[in-house]
Amino acid sequence: MARIIVVTSGKGGVGKTTTSASISTGLAQRGYNTAVIDFDVGLRNLDLIMNCERRVVYDFVNVIQGEASINQALVRDKRVENLFILPASQTRDKEALTAEGVQKVLDEMSETFDYLVCDSPAGIEHGALMALYHADEAIVVTNPEVSSVRDSDRILGILQSKSRRAEQGMEPVKEHLLLTRYNHERVERGEMLSIEDVNDILSISLLGVIPESQAVLNASNQGAPVILEDESEAGCAYADAVARLLGEERPLRFLDGQKKGFLKRMFGG
Amino acid sequence: MSFFDYFKTKKKSSASIAKERLQIIVAHERNTREQPDYLPELQQELLEVIRRYVAIRDDQVQVQLDRNDSCSVLELNVTLPEEITNPQ
Repeated sequence: MARIIVVTSGKGGVGKTTTSASISTGLAQRGYNTAVIDFDVGLRNLDLIMNCERRVVYDFVNVIQGEASINQALVRDKRVENLFILPASQTRDKEALTAEGVQKVLDEMSETFDYLVCDSPAGIEHGALMALYHADEAIVVTNPEVSSVRDSDRILGILQSKSRRAEQGMEPVKEHLLLTRYNHERVERGEMLSIEDVNDILSISLLGVIPESQAVLNASNQGAPVILEDESEAGCAYADAVARLLGEERPLRFLDGQKKGFLKRMFGG
Repeated sequence: MSFFDYFKTKKKSSASIAKERLQIIVAHERNTREQPDYLPELQQELLEVIRRYVAIRDDQVQVQLDRNDSCSVLELNVTLPEEITNPQ
């Protein structure tokens, strides 16, 4: 039985696909058989981030409609073993993701995989609901910024009322907060919500804090999940988040900003 | 915090303003989220019934459900206009 993890946020552009790519890559690096599934029908992007856009033959909707088998549609990652990508359809209608169809595909994949990472589209419409419905765990990607925090709270409410676990009265979906694009210096200057501020409002367990980093754009330019950039702070922060997801204890890193000299501390700057 | 910051006039940081605004809106939205789906419809129907007798505006009927541990209280607040008019 695979563990199903949804990466969601409500708001767009906060780093869901970046996170899905890195978390799934991290799980596969740890030896788990992992598939990452793009639920963003019509606007697929996971294939670009994972650098497999030219190897896509069939997609998620083809599988749901019985035009291809799961094995035909899965794209094997070239860098990491045990990692597969199920791309979204670029041409079909969003409604093509039927509840029964998604259920059938996830059930079949559950037999061979340890982890299924579902990359949710933005919003709270059909695609987003389909992505979170079957989840056992949810990674709520949030930027330290008002609209993102509000939307995250909204999506938490949906997880607690509209997921399969909620509907069937099972143990609730395990919720994790992943704070991305965090800029410690701006927090210190009082220009950005701190980890504690966001935690006070959302009060769910913190999976990790990804610092705002040039490495993220660099990685997406090249189609490499940023977790593979093990020299970068963002890459290491994602590796820590994967470790915590697997139940390991890791202290938060990269939150001290640049070390300030004595004079700078004295006179500001 | 640098040495000279102590002499600057204290101004509320934008982050703390953001936090206060979020706390208010999130609390409000959680409250409405927990309300049953029928509440807006109930409010609309109540409004129609009252309008048969008194001319009131939409915002003059407030329906709120407060849940306690053992029971729920449906609070209905109708503000009547000063001069009660009879449509008949």
